[in-house]
Amino acid sequence: MKGRHKRLVFLIAGLAALGGITALVLNALQGNLSYFFSPTEVAEGKAPADHLFRLGGLVEKGSLKRGEGLTVTFTVTDNLKKITVSYTGILPDLFKEGQGVIAQGKLGAGGVFMAQEVLAKHDENYMPPEVADALQKGHQEGVKAMQQGPESK
Amino acid sequence: MNSRLINWFKFSSPASFYPLAGRMIPWFKWIAVILIAIGLYMSFFVAPADYKQGEGYRIIFIHVPASWMSMFIYVVMAVWSGTGLVFNTRLSSMMAQALAPTGALFAFLSLWTGAFWGKPMWGAWWVWDARLTSELILLFLYIGFMALQGAIDDPRRADRAGAILALVGVVNVPIIYYSVKWWNTLHQGASVKVGGGGSSMAATMLITMLIMALGFWAYSIATTLSRARCIILERERNSTWVRELVENRRG
Repeated sequence: MKGRHKRLVFLIAGLAALGGITALVLNALQGNLSYFFSPTEVAEGKAPADHLFRLGGLVEKGSLKRGEGLTVTFTVTDNLKKITVSYTGILPDLFKEGQGVIAQGKLGAGGVFMAQEVLAKHDENYMPPEVADALQKGHQEGVKAMQQGPESK
Repeated sequence: MNSRLINWFKFSSPASFYPLAGRMIPWFKWIAVILIAIGLYMSFFVAPADYKQGEGYRIIFIHVPASWMSMFIYVVMAVWSGTGLVFNTRLSSMMAQALAPTGALFAFLSLWTGAFWGKPMWGAWWVWDARLTSELILLFLYIGFMALQGAIDDPRRADRAGAILALVGVVNVPIIYYSVKWWNTLHQGASVKVGGGGSSMAATMLITMLIMALGFWAYSIATTLSRARCIILERERNSTWVRELVENRRG
């Protein structure tokens, strides 16, 4: 074995060991590396009950209620569980019903999440408004056709 | 061996790489200028506004190509570092050294444009989620690599130390890429997926982004080659070919 072959073997073995270590560490830290908890995880008791954590999900359609001043309440859902959030402050521009949201705060009395900060989460889809409208229309027509389907036959 | 059309190993010697790099730089420079000019024009005037984020999303045309380049350059740097360690070739280490500042620039650009994008859309300049934090670590790896190389006087030892740091840091690259998949993050998922799966962007937007990415690619090659030429001259200053080169310039 020449010197450079030896070094190459060392290098590959070193990188493989490093990769293995990283995989194990990341696996062990799995829970801590997530930025937020979903409502289902909160319901399962995975989120800390007595200190700050972040709650993430979709703002349920029709759940946004404006209270006094800047106080708002809305429901965060992951389509399985729901949590009511109360927040006083200015909401980000992208905050909308049906959109993703991440709120930081604590669980208060009666299971209401008292948020101190609300961030909007958007998805990785980018398209012009006309395309979005067309997709939305197509979706609605599809849903309508599905509902009417059995009757028209 | 002799039947090869081009003897590639010839270019692993700094003396023959130096003029080759000099001939390649203008090409890549002009490709970069043209592609980035077209890309920026398309970013502002051709690509349509987004249905959700309006005009504000346009920063993606800098942000995503810069992030891609910051990860890609790191991998290339690690490959050169590894080659330098294994084969003891001087030029490999010089290439790794020449790549680092450009990579650091792109990592910084990615974080900076990301902050400007995050404030209006998410409502925060910075959050400690897995994607943002791992990209910040990438910037620190670049800075650490440059600092370590600069701190050791003996160039051969500096190369080896830097190479080991670069190779250890390479585990961070897949973590950055897959962070949005493996963990819950505020950062959205990838719009363009590696290994098929297509993209979730309108075609004009995607083409604009790819033109910008190619422009950044050409820019990186041009700056790296010119930086490599400086490093070659500096390190080989005692060799006869550099002396002859300087004397010819004077004469």
